[in-house]
Amino acid sequence: MLKIKNLSARVEEKEILRGLNLEVGKGEVHAIMGPNGSGKSTLASVLSGRDTFEVTDGSVTYNGEDLLDLSPEERARKGIFLAFQYPVEIPGVTNANFLKTALNEIRKSKGLAPLDAKDFLILMREKMKLVEMDKSMTQRSVNEGFSGGEKKRNEVFQMAMLEPTLSILDETDSGLDIDALRIVANGVNALRSPERSFVVITHYQRLLDYIVPDFVHVLYKGRIVKSGTKELAFELEEKGYDWIKEEVDAAKV
Amino acid sequence: MSDTKIIDDVTQSEYKYGFVSDIESDNAPKGLNEGIVRFISAKKNEPEWLLEWRLKAFRHWLTMTEPTWPNVHYPVIDFQDIIYYSAPKQKIVLNSLDEVDPEIRATFDKLGISLEEQKRLTGVAVDAVIDSVSVKTTFRGALAELGIIFCSFSEAVHDHPELIKKYLGSVVPTTDNFYAALNSAVFSDGSFCYIPKGVRCPMELSTYFRINSAGTGQFERTLIIADESAFVSYLEGCSAPMRDENQLHAAVVEIYAHKDSQVKYSTVQNWYPGDKNGKGGIYNFVTKRGICAGDNSKISWTQVETGSSITWKYPSVILKGDNSVGEFYSVAVTNNYQQADTGTKMIHLGRNTKSTIVSKGISGGHSQNSYRGLVRISPKAENARNYSQCDSLLLGDKCGAHTFPYLEVNNKSATVEHEATTSKVGEDQIFYCNQRGISNEDAVGLIVNGYCKEVFNQLPMEFAVEAQKLLAVSLEGSVG
Repeated sequence: MLKIKNLSARVEEKEILRGLNLEVGKGEVHAIMGPNGSGKSTLASVLSGRDTFEVTDGSVTYNGEDLLDLSPEERARKGIFLAFQYPVEIPGVTNANFLKTALNEIRKSKGLAPLDAKDFLILMREKMKLVEMDKSMTQRSVNEGFSGGEKKRNEVFQMAMLEPTLSILDETDSGLDIDALRIVANGVNALRSPERSFVVITHYQRLLDYIVPDFVHVLYKGRIVKSGTKELAFELEEKGYDWIKEEVDAAKV
Repeated sequence: MSDTKIIDDVTQSEYKYGFVSDIESDNAPKGLNEGIVRFISAKKNEPEWLLEWRLKAFRHWLTMTEPTWPNVHYPVIDFQDIIYYSAPKQKIVLNSLDEVDPEIRATFDKLGISLEEQKRLTGVAVDAVIDSVSVKTTFRGALAELGIIFCSFSEAVHDHPELIKKYLGSVVPTTDNFYAALNSAVFSDGSFCYIPKGVRCPMELSTYFRINSAGTGQFERTLIIADESAFVSYLEGCSAPMRDENQLHAAVVEIYAHKDSQVKYSTVQNWYPGDKNGKGGIYNFVTKRGICAGDNSKISWTQVETGSSITWKYPSVILKGDNSVGEFYSVAVTNNYQQADTGTKMIHLGRNTKSTIVSKGISGGHSQNSYRGLVRISPKAENARNYSQCDSLLLGDKCGAHTFPYLEVNNKSATVEHEATTSKVGEDQIFYCNQRGISNEDAVGLIVNGYCKEVFNQLPMEFAVEAQKLLAVSLEGSVG
């Protein structure tokens, strides 16, 4: 589904991704871990099409199509969803209106008629349950005055509404207490299906207790330096990253 | 998606209403002197007292100079290079719609303003003004049954001289300011509305202004009177052809609210704003004022200003009656090289008077957008309250937003609050929308509409939809 080959990207003059390779198959959940500054969030930004990053080398294909050629909204319409690390506030635009606009744009690109108000409401109610969201949240402005936990929950709610085929979760667990973490993880798990893939970026193994990944990768200095299964996450939790850093840095010399 | 890109997109927007209609018109010669004032008055077959009123205004105007205090810049206007009267050439008396020049009807159809009374369902009565004269007023019969008078200003002069004599200039005196004096001398037509005691006007009343002829100025005058316990909601819309020259529009609107009455006045102003290099466009120098003369009366102004190359406009309320309420809700959008200096004046004279000001300025391109507002609490205005909120939104880094609040508080019991914010449509917000499948254009529209929500909520439903669309059009461009 997603094939990243030798991807390099920089912001201004700073090289952040340096020849990253990753393949994500249908229905798979990949966790990406790594020390601060290793390029995790950059990867999420590049995949979603943020233009602050310049791709200098490599390729990304998504369902056989050149992803890097598409605008951010085209990627979204083709089923790529980014759960933001820092969701943005949009004052005066209700969550419901925002999502209706987004959903109908996505439907339009698939040649589907827009959902009418009633069907939209029904869908919203159903998906709100997934993340135990209060009804009032839909009439509040997008992320405005939301607590950290509410913002993250709102991201997962949007994901549930838009039903993407590839979801990238950028440190969705950061700033969450244990209850919120469980709710968010349950929401994600409910969406797991043989058709949907996930890239879960996280610092901590604890999220992976809830969202159990098929594969775990370690990103360091802009490259995937180690891949494994969920056991790798446990190892990292226990030993930290230093042993990997040493291995990589030693190999380079 | 960078800010530069947004500006570029925005500056490529096109003005939809820029067409010129081929309507034969009857023009006065260029220039302004007593002879022209007399010419206009004679064209309108006006009574002697009105001619005298005009001449007095004209003579006073000659002693005045143009205001230079607004934060707008333009070449000196040659007042002798303007045509002060232009009328579509056609039979004056219209008994039915069929008699309206088809070209005029087509013009209003193109603008989406149907003069057909079959549009009864929309519940809007329309007075349509082309250049200097009113061409058609709809629904008059139905309104007359309730005693409501809704007609062109010229007709009112003939049919209801006592009302005109009593109220004309009672809120905006001829000597009020340079452009009000000019308007008083040369105004050609406009709308008149009277709601009798205790009557709640069952439909929205609306005037649509259209400048068509080249080289003309438009000087219309609107007078609205709400008698005791009356209610009316009034809408005003406007547009003009695209021309390279600047055209002057200097209107006066007066609202007189008696005891316990309410007037809600909504404007969607979409005069031609000039091209993207700032060439052409309307100079919109307008005086709008209402007086809450009676106790417990209320006047509410809502304006959505997207057009004109220069806007100079301060819809105001004089809160004379005790417990009277004044409101001003405004969205002012400037783009390309547009300039706006707009705001309000709330003059508190009576006790327990209350005013609310919500102003949202949106600037893009190289435009300059200023809010200027005065809140004056007079010594006798016990327990007066004002709340002002002035927000500015910047869509790029070449535009400017300015706020000039004036507060004059002469009574210690007053409560006056002022809040102001300036923000920018962030790349972050746009990217967030993009990532959910929403295009740049729609994202800017969504964000800006959200920002204006408090004001749009004040507009009548249909007008709110119209305003949202207009805002989208004003900010739309070709996203490459």
